[in-house]
Amino acid sequence: MHPEDLKPEQFSGYPPEARKLALDYLETFRRLPLSFLPSLLREVIEFDFKFPVERRHLEKELGNLRSLSHEDLRAWFREFTEIRLSESLEKLNWIASPAQFVEQLSAHLWATHQMDAFRHAALGYADKLRAAVAPEPPTSPRLGIAVIGQGVDVAPGPLFRKLRTYGAYFSAVNPENGLRQLLEVVAARANSNPAPYGHWYIDGGEPLPHASGVTSVSYQAMEPVRAALLARIHAETQKTGMGPEALRTLMARLRPVELSMAPGGDPVLNRFQIKLLTEGSGTQIFSTSFVEWAAREALRRAEPLTVLARFAPRQRQKPMHELLSPGPEQVALDPVGSLVDADMGAYYNWMNQQRLPGSEKSLFLVWFENHKEAVAISPALPRGTVSTETIDLRGILSWMT
Amino acid sequence: MSSHTSLRTAKDRARLASAKGSTPQELARHLVWTRREFLRGAAGVALGSSLLPSSLIARTGISARKRKVVVITFGGGARDQETFAPEGQENVPHLLRELAPQSTFFTQVVNRGILGHYVATASLATGVYETINNFASLPPESPTVFEYFRKDLKRPASDVWVVAPSNGFNRIGESSHRSFGPGSGARVILPKYLLGAATSGLGDYGHLLRDSYETPLYAPELSGNIFELEQLETILKLSVEDFRAHALTLSSPDELSVYIVRQLMRQFAPSLLWVTLHDIDIAHAGAYSLYIEGIRRTDRLSAEIWKAIQSEPEYAGKCTLFILPDFGRDSDEDAGGNGFQHHRTGDVISRTTWMMALGPGIREGVVYDRPVDSIDLVPTLGSMMGFTASLSRGKPITEIL
Repeated sequence: MHPEDLKPEQFSGYPPEARKLALDYLETFRRLPLSFLPSLLREVIEFDFKFPVERRHLEKELGNLRSLSHEDLRAWFREFTEIRLSESLEKLNWIASPAQFVEQLSAHLWATHQMDAFRHAALGYADKLRAAVAPEPPTSPRLGIAVIGQGVDVAPGPLFRKLRTYGAYFSAVNPENGLRQLLEVVAARANSNPAPYGHWYIDGGEPLPHASGVTSVSYQAMEPVRAALLARIHAETQKTGMGPEALRTLMARLRPVELSMAPGGDPVLNRFQIKLLTEGSGTQIFSTSFVEWAAREALRRAEPLTVLARFAPRQRQKPMHELLSPGPEQVALDPVGSLVDADMGAYYNWMNQQRLPGSEKSLFLVWFENHKEAVAISPALPRGTVSTETIDLRGILSWMT
Repeated sequence: MSSHTSLRTAKDRARLASAKGSTPQELARHLVWTRREFLRGAAGVALGSSLLPSSLIARTGISARKRKVVVITFGGGARDQETFAPEGQENVPHLLRELAPQSTFFTQVVNRGILGHYVATASLATGVYETINNFASLPPESPTVFEYFRKDLKRPASDVWVVAPSNGFNRIGESSHRSFGPGSGARVILPKYLLGAATSGLGDYGHLLRDSYETPLYAPELSGNIFELEQLETILKLSVEDFRAHALTLSSPDELSVYIVRQLMRQFAPSLLWVTLHDIDIAHAGAYSLYIEGIRRTDRLSAEIWKAIQSEPEYAGKCTLFILPDFGRDSDEDAGGNGFQHHRTGDVISRTTWMMALGPGIREGVVYDRPVDSIDLVPTLGSMMGFTASLSRGKPITEIL
């Protein structure tokens, strides 16, 4: 099956809005190379479950592709057309299952030593697209907040080593009511700049009460879903012939209702949460991985104005001798290890925030929960500086803006 | 094969380029600079610029056929910034202070193949970039170093062994190449598999046997020239009870692998011994602290193997030790990955790593900056031990011959 042979009825399995979008751009799809089109369809098929920003980006990308002349299109996709595909790839049902095609394509690219060429083609496409479709700046500067080290009395070493050089280190933070102050700031931002999925609160444990205009995701709330997912995976892996590719395909197709998620609710957010568990690695077992990945995906996909990510202690990784020794089943936590995880996770949160438009004005605060240490990054604060002044978190945030 | 590519949405593709401040070439140059400068300063080593005036045999008086070699793959996958870059040095104190000053160190070992642990290790062992499915129970397609060694030098099976971490490596000992039949390669010991048989029903065995951190929920079928439990006693002279009791004192599968290595050295003193360590690959679960713990443990275990080499009469003074990661992990800067967690982008950081060689006749405290290829290891071993790796695509590393 080649793109030029595409027919409308082949999109009948797509969700309603995705189908409509696909049919609107069918003629454009027919002009694209097979090494590229399925990755685009992978986004199209998810259109009904995408955040508003993602929808706008996708529509702009499609509009741009449609506007290209024959010559322009050839120039844009020359490198993609040089990618050699296998016959088995061409026979895959890439219209109905574009994600599976992309996964197989990845394997093919590695095996045929074309990954570098593909990567180069993708980067070139990205450059051209960025030049043709300007990114949307945020309506106000983004604010990322990471709260790390819950339950730790003494940090095992210096904190924020990667972030300090980008901002101001505060060594005398007044921790009293710190979390409440942060949640109030998030609520105030959601109130003054209301936007669907524009303000997020992600918690690695039990979520604290928060404003209604804030999108909330938590590890604890996902517990029944995680348990159902792990049970499902366990059952599937017992079946003959179940390999990693088949398992991944199965996981990608799981629907919220199949994983003990209550019917109803917000389908976009439900799909987002399921993907955190089925596409994330370690998110099913470690709360620190869950928070880092949830923040990354929220930033990447929803491009929110505010993200508060609060890390919590993850379960302890048992050493081998404990795994072999029968004992009472109880989940022990590893607060100190989790602090190290979260310190790196906070750095990744900041990196991911900086990948979004408006990064030159964005703000970031990381705080060692219930302790006196924090780092604030803002155009208003000098980099690589230290403040020993006693100040609360609300005060630091006011300095940042 | 199911490594992931990172072609996501258009905006991600755009970010791939915008997030990076350097071209791959600039990154590569920076990488080399940081490694070289660091090693000079911290370990007191010098830049090597010329070849040695005489051959390895002339320098040591040890004939190629009497030389022994131990290869440690420092796995699975560790980045510069957590090992030999300035900020990572605290994680490799043994390599840095004890081994590096005694070694010839190559700062730029490039893996141009598939970045999956089994297939990459198979490539290291064949001197050809293998393209077999990383997650299937398949032998390498090109002849392995073990087969070359045994055939050319007419060595018995007991003279070459592989100790590997998981079921996924069970076929690494011999290839499917028609010039080499079954049984012509290395015996493979999978300590976790033996432990499974020895401790059946004891403790949380299923969790311990999580086979591959790349696909933690799937374990391939076993086949090939693997070592079974009953052979512990008959071949290794190690009772199942002693093996089990010792395992109950250890904290990780890699510690168990090193325990088996020591048994092999005492019982058979194999001339070619290949050890694949793998604890580091816990990084896939996204917990940075566990990744660092894995690196520190691997650093310690590597030094323990070196000490064992020096203390065993059959090895002391005639064994060359090679230590090298199979590859790195993704860069923090590449938006297509998630930093240390995976090795999916194929970026410069994930492809570039290091190697140290130490032993009699190897120049001590010398650093070479020139790029060396991962597949150069096998022909180098051939030149060192007196066999011809006729189908390898690598080149002997002359600086240590």
